[in-house]
Amino acid sequence: MQAALEAMAERVRAAAQGAQPLRPRGGGSKDFYGNELAGEPLDTRAYAGLVNYEPSELVVTARCGTPLAELERVLAANAQMLAFEPPHFGPGATLGGCVAAGLSGPRRASAGALRDFVLGARLLDGRGRVLAFGGEVMKNVAGYDVSRLLAGSLGTLGVILDVSLKVLPRPVAETTLRLEAPQDKALEWMNQWAGKPLPISATCYLNGELSLRLSGAAAAVRSARETLGGEEIRDGEALWSAVREQTHPHFAPEAPLWRLSLPSNAPPLRLPGEELIEWGGALRWLSSAAEARTIRAAAQRAGGHATLFRARDKSPGAFPPLAPAHMKLQRELKAVFDPGRIFNPGRLYPDQ
Amino acid sequence: MGEAVPVARIDAVRQREVVRRLREFLPAHAVLFEDEDTRPYECDGLTAYRRAPMVVALPETDEQVRRVLQTCSALGVPVVPRGAGTGLSGGALPLADGVLLSMAKFMRALRVDPVARLAVVQPGVRNAAISDLVAAFGLYYAPDPSSQIACSIGGNVAENSGGVHCLKYGLTVHNVMRVRGYTIDGEPVDFGGEALDAPGYDLLALAIGSEGLLVVITEVTVKLLPKPQLARVVMASFGDVETAGKAVAAVIAAGIVPAGLEMMDKPATQAVEEFVRAGYDLEAAAILLCESDGTPEEVEEEIARVKQVLSDAGATRMTVSRDEAERLRFWSGRKAAFPAVGRISPDYYCMDGTIPRRRLGEVLHFIGEMEAKYGLRCPNVFHAGDGNLHPLILFDANDPGQLQRTEQFAREVLEKCIEVGGTITGEHGVGVEKIDQMCTQFGREELETFHAIKHAFDPAGLLNPGKAVPTLARCAEYRGMHVHGGQLPFPDLPRF
Repeated sequence: MQAALEAMAERVRAAAQGAQPLRPRGGGSKDFYGNELAGEPLDTRAYAGLVNYEPSELVVTARCGTPLAELERVLAANAQMLAFEPPHFGPGATLGGCVAAGLSGPRRASAGALRDFVLGARLLDGRGRVLAFGGEVMKNVAGYDVSRLLAGSLGTLGVILDVSLKVLPRPVAETTLRLEAPQDKALEWMNQWAGKPLPISATCYLNGELSLRLSGAAAAVRSARETLGGEEIRDGEALWSAVREQTHPHFAPEAPLWRLSLPSNAPPLRLPGEELIEWGGALRWLSSAAEARTIRAAAQRAGGHATLFRARDKSPGAFPPLAPAHMKLQRELKAVFDPGRIFNPGRLYPDQ
Repeated sequence: MGEAVPVARIDAVRQREVVRRLREFLPAHAVLFEDEDTRPYECDGLTAYRRAPMVVALPETDEQVRRVLQTCSALGVPVVPRGAGTGLSGGALPLADGVLLSMAKFMRALRVDPVARLAVVQPGVRNAAISDLVAAFGLYYAPDPSSQIACSIGGNVAENSGGVHCLKYGLTVHNVMRVRGYTIDGEPVDFGGEALDAPGYDLLALAIGSEGLLVVITEVTVKLLPKPQLARVVMASFGDVETAGKAVAAVIAAGIVPAGLEMMDKPATQAVEEFVRAGYDLEAAAILLCESDGTPEEVEEEIARVKQVLSDAGATRMTVSRDEAERLRFWSGRKAAFPAVGRISPDYYCMDGTIPRRRLGEVLHFIGEMEAKYGLRCPNVFHAGDGNLHPLILFDANDPGQLQRTEQFAREVLEKCIEVGGTITGEHGVGVEKIDQMCTQFGREELETFHAIKHAFDPAGLLNPGKAVPTLARCAEYRGMHVHGGQLPFPDLPRF
């Protein structure tokens, strides 16, 4: 493994010297995410494997090139899971890409986001140095929380080498219910229920149907089922997998796919297009040909933001513009880790 | 500890100048500089370090905070932010040439949204007050540091505070959605939001736990959770601490994530029992408190599993709380552990290392050896669920020899924590207290990176300087200079 790491470090140092852009890449399953790609791919897959996994510590440490599917298999064999249910978006997804993208799946609203589970990381920075932050323990406030900063940084700060993640036991029981309701009613219910001690672990609303996944102790799932009513569906797991991996027909249309991250109780936005709602109302996938500025303005008015998630034309910018103070800090932080701006230039924001 | 802070004199000319400039926009009662007025601010919860600030500023509005920062920035005066002053690592220790920026007047709750399950509060609002404020909606704010009746949410954000329910409900970073405030230049910042994520780098995560070195917070949006319908706690006795440690691992390995999982050793339960009469088993070498919360069905199911696992793991006695009063009584001892220990010793020194749980037996054994080596007693309370140790070294500060031995003792324990793969601070922060141990935990390049991050927010280094991250020169001087394989950690720095 040391050789694989050294090879990557060598490429980074050479790239820095020649001011040649690089893009760290695992399986390439998230190449579509963010702005246009630039730079030579730096394949991370040779640097793979588990570094440490102690189920009773609820922590796993693995190298960036580790296939996400393999990691999840090992955890499942110990009745544990990555509770943020990261989307793979393809069979080749790796842990490094998963953390760099920072995306979470259906369980996010109840269990927390990817960044919430990051305990530590090692980074190969733009000078070819290996830096270690955080660690393998649940509570650690020594030094700035750089490992969480890496989550969602889209590989713009360096090559994420190893990551330590908190893992959780798989729920003993799980079932999916379906109820019918118009959108505003469904939003009201989801918010109301989230404020009650109910074991709702995922929600999905589409075309008048609200699906709820219940997870937890068998007795708690049973009693919540009675409280909530609706109809129990058989293929619950298939539904959540299709939503998580965006293999659901909702994600098939040609129109650009927007990811709207909003306060959960934001009223229906009534934008043109088809909408699938997750995370108790806080995540809305809009497939729409409407103007980018119309969609971004509506999301902003509602207290959130809109990401152009999948589209042939990303010219409006994948991510919404940041406030000037935020942008300035972001630029300075980029320079801390990658002074030569070699990693993924422009992938997050055009000028960095 | 005590003598680590050099006695610095306040420059009276400079003081007059700063007071004059601050009074241009702050009322007279909000600018303190007379000895007797600044004395209450000379230390935080780490009372061994004391120093009077040059000036104390007590702004009441955002605009006043912005102007304090702009003014200090323009004058090149360092600023030390302070919340309720309950911190245990000296993070709010003043500077003799600096302004102590007290956020104590930022006491208002600005908005509660029971539907979106969030509260927007000013940073001076007390941790426990948030839960009180939203209790009528069946909601609460989860992180509960032992100091929760006194500590402020702003301080919690600065330290990324924890509590006894972290394993299940997380730290401050998992429960804060947004912070707003200012950089040292008075530039407004707004990190996070009311959605579940925000665009760009996660500056919210970076700001939380930054010990007041990056920004000054004037508004915090916290996530609220539905209050569990029921909570019950199992109190289990063990014949030795190693067995208790293994029982903790067995609970987690069984797929249970308890709401709280705490351990106390015999010296700790004895100190506590005399103080609060929590009903602890004084024969046990260690007791575990394992809490389950949720719906009545969940709790019943989980408590049955916990009892089975603990019994298989060698518990000698188990009691399950019958009602809320009894549950609170079981917890009262744990929550009162620090003051209880304060009663049996003139002084105590609280450590905060975190270790992988599987190394618990080894570390407790090591602490036992240190007790003998330094001739000081050290009861242990332990957030067993998340590996966070709070050994309490008992000493008498009036005996300089004891103070020095306590420092040495603490240093050895923290370095042991690093050695077994843990950290020097789980929830109290580095502050001034553990700044030397940062040199052991991090290498030169990481420390350089931390300084560069600080520089990105605060190029002149005026916000809470000298805390949390040691300079490379300081690390080189650090008395416990460690030689690794014949190489000094910072070979190219001049040594004195």
